[in-house]
Amino acid sequence: MSTTTVQRRSLVTNLRGSLQQVLAAASLILIFIFFSIASPYFLLPANLIGILTAATVTGILALGTTFVIITGGIDLSIGTGMVLCAVMAGVFLTYWGWPLWAGVIGAILFGGLIGFVNGVAISVFGLPPFIATLGMMLVTAGLALVISGTKPIYFKSTPDFQNIMNLSLIPGARFPLGVGIFIVLMVVSALILGRTIVGRYAFSIGSNEAATALSGVNVRRWKIFIYSFAGLFVGIAGVLAASRLSSAQPTGGQGLELQAIAAVVIGGTSLQGGRGSIVGTVIGSLIVAVLTNGLRVTAVPQEWQSVVVGCVILVAVYLDMLRRKGA
Amino acid sequence: MKKRLIGAAIVITVVAASLAGCAPAGSGSGDGASAAKPYIALISKGFKHQFWQAVKQGAEQAAAEFNVTVTFEGAEEEGNVDQQIQLLQTTLDKHPDALGFAAIDSQAAGPLMDQAKQDGIPVIAFDSGVDSDVPVTTASTDNLAAAAEAAKHMADLIGHEGKIALVIHDQTSITGVQRRDGFVDYMKKNEPNITIVDIQYSGDPLVATDLAKAIITANPDLKGLYGSNEGAAIGIVHAVQELGITGKLTVVGFDSGKDQIDAINSGLMAGAITQNPVGIGYETVKAAVAIINGKTVAKTIDTGFFWYDKTNITDPKIAAVLYQ
Repeated sequence: MSTTTVQRRSLVTNLRGSLQQVLAAASLILIFIFFSIASPYFLLPANLIGILTAATVTGILALGTTFVIITGGIDLSIGTGMVLCAVMAGVFLTYWGWPLWAGVIGAILFGGLIGFVNGVAISVFGLPPFIATLGMMLVTAGLALVISGTKPIYFKSTPDFQNIMNLSLIPGARFPLGVGIFIVLMVVSALILGRTIVGRYAFSIGSNEAATALSGVNVRRWKIFIYSFAGLFVGIAGVLAASRLSSAQPTGGQGLELQAIAAVVIGGTSLQGGRGSIVGTVIGSLIVAVLTNGLRVTAVPQEWQSVVVGCVILVAVYLDMLRRKGA
Repeated sequence: MKKRLIGAAIVITVVAASLAGCAPAGSGSGDGASAAKPYIALISKGFKHQFWQAVKQGAEQAAAEFNVTVTFEGAEEEGNVDQQIQLLQTTLDKHPDALGFAAIDSQAAGPLMDQAKQDGIPVIAFDSGVDSDVPVTTASTDNLAAAAEAAKHMADLIGHEGKIALVIHDQTSITGVQRRDGFVDYMKKNEPNITIVDIQYSGDPLVATDLAKAIITANPDLKGLYGSNEGAAIGIVHAVQELGITGKLTVVGFDSGKDQIDAINSGLMAGAITQNPVGIGYETVKAAVAIINGKTVAKTIDTGFFWYDKTNITDPKIAAVLYQ
């Protein structure tokens, strides 16, 4: 019984969500057309690939966070967690001499571990997600500095590591493998959110946690699972970021969590949980990336770039609220 | 970049050092030591990063030369104002003959600066200095002059004409502003045929990479890019690599680090400006000694900087101030 109600609810929410997706997609196209006219260089293949490359790390963080936000949670530790996973890749591969595959999997699982700890803090100890993951943000930022000794770690013993992000998929076109991985992850996470029990329970917990628990779902365990699952995306993003710079940079990453969350929200996923989609998140990530790139290509002063991106987020959230009132 | 790269694991060292320092101060043996040898205490913004280690090395070099006792302590993290203030308090309680200080937050250090003044402890500001009238002098890199030097090399390298762009690590910090303005002013004054087409800001290597790529894409006739610190320069280096245009663009950087050193050796980067951290430490102690001996010193002391490129990167004098 529980499954059918859950399914019906998620279907309804998906329908409602699609309006926001249409709005977001329309804005993306508008922004795209605007910059195509504003700059003759915007549409160059190199620049379009550049936009996708720039969207990759934040976009992957946003994909994982979508699941967390749909449960009604939040994860502020993804930006610095990603930096810590990058550093761990450096530790595994350079300091401990693990083979490439083991180091990469280790770093991704480490991201899962960060998510697991978040999940336990929230589910078992009952900390509010904002506080639990804020704490984790500081812990991971600090650990990245401590473990790396504040210096970048270079992948001297595994020079192929940089190919994970940079290897060109199309000879001559410089279409990086990392972007390909991003696209595969979009499909995989869309399938998991839309077609599996993980997605159904995420929506269900986000719409009504108490009712979900009453219907016999082990909400605690599923929340831990979803935070850990989202953590894997943090690990993947960390590996790709380190691969791109062919070094694990222990600083940076600050603010990435907000960019990723912004992408999720622009894409129509509700911060109150229960509603959202991967398609929306992908569009949201692209809006942020296209805006940032377009403003740079047209040489808009940087102080104004933040103002514009901020306004887009405000408008997106406002539209979301309007729609909620109407529904 | 160095500002943020500062060590996180120093706390034990620092706490141990300050505790160890506390005890003799209470028993008065600190004063006994200063009677024999002047005692100069240096409080830096950081400690563990190679930049600060080089400052320390310069301070110790001067200590040996002028026969004084020098201690060097720094905050665990450069942002940790509280910890630095506590360090400063503990140090003032020891009544050093002179204090070298690089403030994380000049405002927060204000009351203790006044205390130093009342206690008659001369203060020598170093690195980014202290925004206060207590310090007798400030020993730091003249970032304006250093950036102008970078601009001069850039102009020579691109043949005194064409379009260039800047990636600056920070829009508001003193080093960010000066390393931008020094560069821009030099071009305005001396190079009428060089146009600066864009100035963007980020010291985060990942962000700087995307930013530099956008600048290069939007300006196909761009001849040069200048990055104002390690993070900004790394971004430019990776942007050039990702776009596969090595050699088509003159890249000038700032500070050091493995990426910049590799890029200079491989020819991707034409050269960079390095500060002289050893000189900062040395000049601070030298000024302190002069003040203790009752001599007057200039209000500011330029600790110097070097241009380094493929030709002089292995020069011992340059190699000593570079860090990987």
